[in-house]
Amino acid sequence: MEFFTEILSFFTFSEPNVKVVFWGSLILCSISGLVGTFTLLRKRSLIGDVISHAVLPGIALAFIIGQQKNPLYLIIGATITGWISTYLVDYITKHSKIKNDTAIALILSVFFGVGVLLLTHIQHSGNASQSGLDQFIFGRASAMNMSDVWLFSIVGTIIVILIVIFFRGLSLLSFDENYSQSIGFPNELLKLVLSITTVTTVAMGVQAVGVVLMSALLITPAACAKFWTNKIIPMAILAVVISGASGVLGSAISYTYNGMPTGPWIVVVVSLFAFISAFIGSKNGLLKKHLQRNKNNTKILRENTIKLFFNPTTLGETRYNFEDIFAKSKMQRATLKKGLNLLKSDKLITVSNDIFTTTNLGIEEAKTIVRKHRLWELYISRFMHLQPDHVHDDAEGIEHVITPEIERELEKELDFPTKDPHDSDIPY
Amino acid sequence: MIDFWIILTASLVATTTAILGCFLIMRKMAMIGDAISHAVLPGIVIAYYISHSRASFPILIGAAASGMVVTYLIQFFHQKVKLQQDASIGISYTFLFAIGIILISLFSGNVDLDQDCVLYGEIAYVPLDNLSIGGLYAGPRQVWILGTTLIIISTSVIVAYRKLVLTTFDPAFASAMGISVVLWQYYLMAGVSLTTVVSFESVGAVLVIAFLSGPAATAFLLTKDFKKMLYLAVGFGISASILGYYTAVWLAGSIAGAIATIIGLQFAIAFIYIQFLKKARISETLENKALTEV
Repeated sequence: MEFFTEILSFFTFSEPNVKVVFWGSLILCSISGLVGTFTLLRKRSLIGDVISHAVLPGIALAFIIGQQKNPLYLIIGATITGWISTYLVDYITKHSKIKNDTAIALILSVFFGVGVLLLTHIQHSGNASQSGLDQFIFGRASAMNMSDVWLFSIVGTIIVILIVIFFRGLSLLSFDENYSQSIGFPNELLKLVLSITTVTTVAMGVQAVGVVLMSALLITPAACAKFWTNKIIPMAILAVVISGASGVLGSAISYTYNGMPTGPWIVVVVSLFAFISAFIGSKNGLLKKHLQRNKNNTKILRENTIKLFFNPTTLGETRYNFEDIFAKSKMQRATLKKGLNLLKSDKLITVSNDIFTTTNLGIEEAKTIVRKHRLWELYISRFMHLQPDHVHDDAEGIEHVITPEIERELEKELDFPTKDPHDSDIPY
Repeated sequence: MIDFWIILTASLVATTTAILGCFLIMRKMAMIGDAISHAVLPGIVIAYYISHSRASFPILIGAAASGMVVTYLIQFFHQKVKLQQDASIGISYTFLFAIGIILISLFSGNVDLDQDCVLYGEIAYVPLDNLSIGGLYAGPRQVWILGTTLIIISTSVIVAYRKLVLTTFDPAFASAMGISVVLWQYYLMAGVSLTTVVSFESVGAVLVIAFLSGPAATAFLLTKDFKKMLYLAVGFGISASILGYYTAVWLAGSIAGAIATIIGLQFAIAFIYIQFLKKARISETLENKALTEV
């Protein structure tokens, strides 16, 4: 209960500091969601990881030079080393036989190591104003103040304006770099814009989530959004919303528990969004895939069952009892029963005294599926020169996906044939 | 004596990681190493919390469990729901690492671990935790653990050397020979997890990546012979440990951080040297060409 009153007190801004935390994490996380969309689409997500570790020495150096925790100095220092790190990764990959992932791991950890060395050096030097500098490692949104928030909004606005101006170019660059180059887009300039915005975003974001987990804010929201849409504008908007919401929720939780670092909570919240999206997302989501598979299986079962009722001689009505039809089929008993129930509910067959009789609708349906099967057999034996005894299995699978349009094409291509390769009639 | 024990500890970590690192970077798996080293954290914290001790066995089990979880998560995102690989790695390990940090904060009263230690270890405290056998002073506990790990890892590598090399450099040929590429990949991953866990206390989760990738990458720049690369990497690792220790003493900073810095410097020097060699070779061929043309 206490937890809820605390959470409530966070969202009602009952303390002035809460407002700062709220707006600070909202702005920071939203911007990283936006920028992350492009880095994800460019398949450079792990570059975000490099930058976020590499800002640590920048922050420490800025402090050593400025001897105070001025957020502007720290952001500038962070931006410089962050940018150097991406440059180095590209340079090493381009000019030596070192692979990209090795370069990433190396630069990430070495820059971080330098940062740790400098930071511990500062801590032991006894400068009183250094306290709280180590919060950059895991982030503490509650340590922000109003001037930080103003700084974030100004820099954030600049980033958003840059992205809006270069939007067309950036999208093209993200989806197809070579094409963008070939039609004369200034790729180098666009890459520069993207790397500057990414580095600046990371340099600001580490204040809320810390260097270690900043990369999650670039990767995870965009990945979430990718489970819902393939279009870049909705994807960017969704990523911003998810990221902003996680930022606020995460800092609310860390505010509620005393002494909890903010970064990990924001990351846990945004990761939960990612898991949910992976399960129920409309693109590649697990549930969606499962439903689709079920639907396909039902369709196949239904078509395979009605095919059993095909009457090759009269092309008309057929009557079977269950045992006959079971002997004809190669299905399990339970599967066949399920199939028959499907046909019954679709009014393709009627049942009386355990005798299954096809209706007119069922007759047509059975003819259609046999026709598709035999047309396909003929098609591949004629055009792929397969022996007639090799074509059945292939047709068995493909008959379920032939649409009426393809069927008409096949008929035209084969000049309305009457016999299949096994010399059986093709029913029309 | 304290200097000696710290340098010995660092060298043991450096040697083990350098050997594994050579295989990792040749298999383009450096970032998987990164993911595992971050992701073992929640397992380690829970094991600390349950067993109330730094006993190695429960911690190994905890770490192995979370190592498996991260491997599964990466696979889930990459194969089941078709997310690109870099993003799958990024999501999975940041999530587990975040959980680990939260657990540390939750259990802060009960767990003898703090957030900084997680990142860059407490190698300076290694000589304080000593082991005695039958009442006799036997050196720091950590040195024994790391020494054993080094022996385990190097024997496993020597025993399976041919198969590891074959699956690393020519996986297609290896599978044609009937050697399971996946099995040997897991063999290597198990080694990486073990090393990460035991190195955790002394160098932390992030800096172990520097140990894994740095010396191996530097050695890779300088030679084409894989055996030579292994020896060079171990040499670079040990020399970085020694130089790093004295740098840390000089700057009064983190020892693990200083070693990582030296590893970076070694790479930078090797890289520049290679660039010079290339330039020299190019200008030499140009000169020769000019001479023949004259």
